[in-house]
Amino acid sequence: MRNTFVDCLIKRARYDDRIFLITPDVGFSVLERFADEFPDRYLNVGIAEQNAVGVAAGLALSGKRPYVYSMVPFVTMRCFEQVRVDVAYMKTNVVLAGIGGGLTYGPAGATHHAIEDIAIMRALPNMTICAPGDPIEARALMEQSFDHDGPIYIRLGRNGEPAIHGPDVKIEIGSSVKIADGDDLALITTGNTLELASRVIQAMQDRGRKATLISMPTIKPFDCDVIISLLDRGMPIVTLEEHTVIGGLGSAVAEIIAEYGKGVKFRRIGLPDEYSHTVGSQEYLRNHFGLNLERILEIIGGI
Amino acid sequence: MAHYSKASHVGSCLSIAEILYTLYFRILRVDPGNPNLANRDIFILSKGHGSAALYATLAERGFYPKAYLDKYYIDGGLLPGHLDKEAVPGVEVSSGSLGHGLSIGIGMAIARRTALDSGRVFVLLGDGECNEGSVWEAAMLAGTLKLENLTAIVDFNKLQSFGKTNEVIDQRNMAARWAAFGWDAHDVEGHDVAALEQVFSAPQQGPKMIVAHTVKGKSVSFMEDRLEWHYKSPNDEQYVQAIKELEGKK
Repeated sequence: MRNTFVDCLIKRARYDDRIFLITPDVGFSVLERFADEFPDRYLNVGIAEQNAVGVAAGLALSGKRPYVYSMVPFVTMRCFEQVRVDVAYMKTNVVLAGIGGGLTYGPAGATHHAIEDIAIMRALPNMTICAPGDPIEARALMEQSFDHDGPIYIRLGRNGEPAIHGPDVKIEIGSSVKIADGDDLALITTGNTLELASRVIQAMQDRGRKATLISMPTIKPFDCDVIISLLDRGMPIVTLEEHTVIGGLGSAVAEIIAEYGKGVKFRRIGLPDEYSHTVGSQEYLRNHFGLNLERILEIIGGI
Repeated sequence: MAHYSKASHVGSCLSIAEILYTLYFRILRVDPGNPNLANRDIFILSKGHGSAALYATLAERGFYPKAYLDKYYIDGGLLPGHLDKEAVPGVEVSSGSLGHGLSIGIGMAIARRTALDSGRVFVLLGDGECNEGSVWEAAMLAGTLKLENLTAIVDFNKLQSFGKTNEVIDQRNMAARWAAFGWDAHDVEGHDVAALEQVFSAPQQGPKMIVAHTVKGKSVSFMEDRLEWHYKSPNDEQYVQAIKELEGKK
């Protein structure tokens, strides 16, 4: 996904001189190609995230389209007040590209995990939040970001995520994508749990249960209509995300269910409300926190 | 304005009056009839609590009717206590949280330099604002990039919101600090319009820092150098007295 990000940015920057790339000293082996080709529109501001976001806002206020690239905690939380005032309040066309959504940085530890970013960013007026689940979603969202009106936070994974969608899929900011359809249950996911979710659906199918799979590449604005259509069908709903169960995808879905007045069985599957003190890879930590196929099938089996 | 709406920060406004006058009437290339003029100079009031002084200056310069000034800080008003760029023409950047303006100014200066735009960017900071770490993140970068189209001014009135500036954080060597980060730093008497004009107009090597030595509450005897005028709004009697003193000085 990191390479998808930089590929899209380079392709666009070749004919769109509004594109700037700003990094607070992050991007080894990823951003060099952009820096080499567009030295005047690439800026390493040093390890200074607040300044990175402020400079980006200044560029955007001057008609440019700056992309700020760093790890999720440092491009959202370290500079949160700059994001609030300089980006969200002034509605500047700044794109905050965060790498390492969820537990991507596994053994690096909790400072580098991103488990509460969606909740925090969702609270900001004017902010669009994208969490692509595969390179196809990432490419489509990046391409739309170039002409988007207002700021975007895009939560990227790392490299090497498998493609889940076919080449003809239509992905738009603000819309969900239906990948499978069935009446037994609806599984809704966002970002880097898309691949896990598709394995869950396959396993259910193998056991004779037909489920709907919805990918939510945009968390804000949220595709409420698709949730309402599921509620009208009366099927149980399960959400899956690599984020705490507070304030993320699960909460967004719960808010719609609660206000719609047609109750269905509902479960949020995500990370618990705690920081990891366990050492291990993303996969190891997913297993530790029950974010794996077996545990999800167990939960779903009980619905 | 502050009397009518019972607003605070009067002292903070009086300390920057001559700086704003010099910029808007002697230095800045701006067109009140076309606030989005290409190649214009940009002014950012990073110490957004000095908003009333900027609103008054912009009205005087013709960006909008002076009647707007009665709509400051009141129910259903037009002009909020801290700057909202959507409120009126001429306000380039929203501010009110300290330590943001210089970074934004750098972004604007880079955009202008890249586009070979001759516009200059000016950012006014408070001395207390220089306690914010983000100011120094910006200071380091501007020096490194040698931004010759960027000028920052520190309103060095020696009082901040809860103490004397140099007692809270000792910044007596303010100009030397900026010079150490690669700025072309100058000390100037911040109420002397001719001196300000000269330093604003002088050619610069890299970003220019003007440490403007000012007096909080300048020209109103009972406000000068008094911390409480960061908070208080003049009552009827004080208002009459203050206006008398300000007009007497003119």
